[in-house]
Amino acid sequence: MNLADILDRRLIVCNLIARNSEEAIRVLARKLYEEGFVKESFEEAVLKRENEMPTGLPLGDINAAIPHADIEHVLKPALAVATLAAPLPFRIMVEPDNTVDVRIIFLLALNEPHAQIKMLQTIAMALQDPLLLQELAKAQSADDIYRILTRIKIDEGDETEGAGSKNSEKQKGR
Amino acid sequence: MVGRPKVILVACGTAIATSTVVAKAIEEGLAARGIKVITRQCKAAEVPSLAPGADLVVTTTPVPTNLGVPVIKTLAFLTGVGKEEVLDQIAKILTEGG
Repeated sequence: MNLADILDRRLIVCNLIARNSEEAIRVLARKLYEEGFVKESFEEAVLKRENEMPTGLPLGDINAAIPHADIEHVLKPALAVATLAAPLPFRIMVEPDNTVDVRIIFLLALNEPHAQIKMLQTIAMALQDPLLLQELAKAQSADDIYRILTRIKIDEGDETEGAGSKNSEKQKGR
Repeated sequence: MVGRPKVILVACGTAIATSTVVAKAIEEGLAARGIKVITRQCKAAEVPSLAPGADLVVTTTPVPTNLGVPVIKTLAFLTGVGKEEVLDQIAKILTEGG
């Protein structure tokens, strides 16, 4: 699986210029709305949630945030991505009294709880790859970002490195 | 006490995205250590009422700490930073605490 299944070039913004985290989130949320993935209520819902439970993630040199909202505001699952021209402070998920300067925003639109696990794991893989984050931060176009993100592959099994069966059937239950 | 799988309550803001990733990473990381667990996802606000049924709470957002069960607050399963150490810590709590 890779992000090509869910990633849409129309939902990627490269080198977004915004005054603050709220403005940056609004730009992405509006794209999701204009392209028909979320309800009009999504934008305020994401901002409200970010205010109450922030999503800034300190990762090292290049930090990210993963704003999202409750499922009732979403029509179709989607992922909107922005790299910021200049880092903006986001409050940190695990310690909301502190902020982290964020360069990359992954705005998640999910319409089922506990689902879209492969997409979420793929994003987590990106967050855990400092070189990939550097590449994203340096990207000069939405196409660059699309290419970098769709290159990520996750293993279907635990130890096999994509050498397993093609039909991605899970090998073990929970 | 061998037999009953330990229950880990995995909390995040809305129990939609973050805890899904965290729960999966915990299950896989502990399976690699030979420990079978059951994870339950919840919102941070639900932790006080659900914690009594769990052996451990792992959370990515602040939750009360006076829950009567151990609480680990960490972003390691999202960021990868310190993940193995946290898994070791969880394994220790589950195997020694029971």
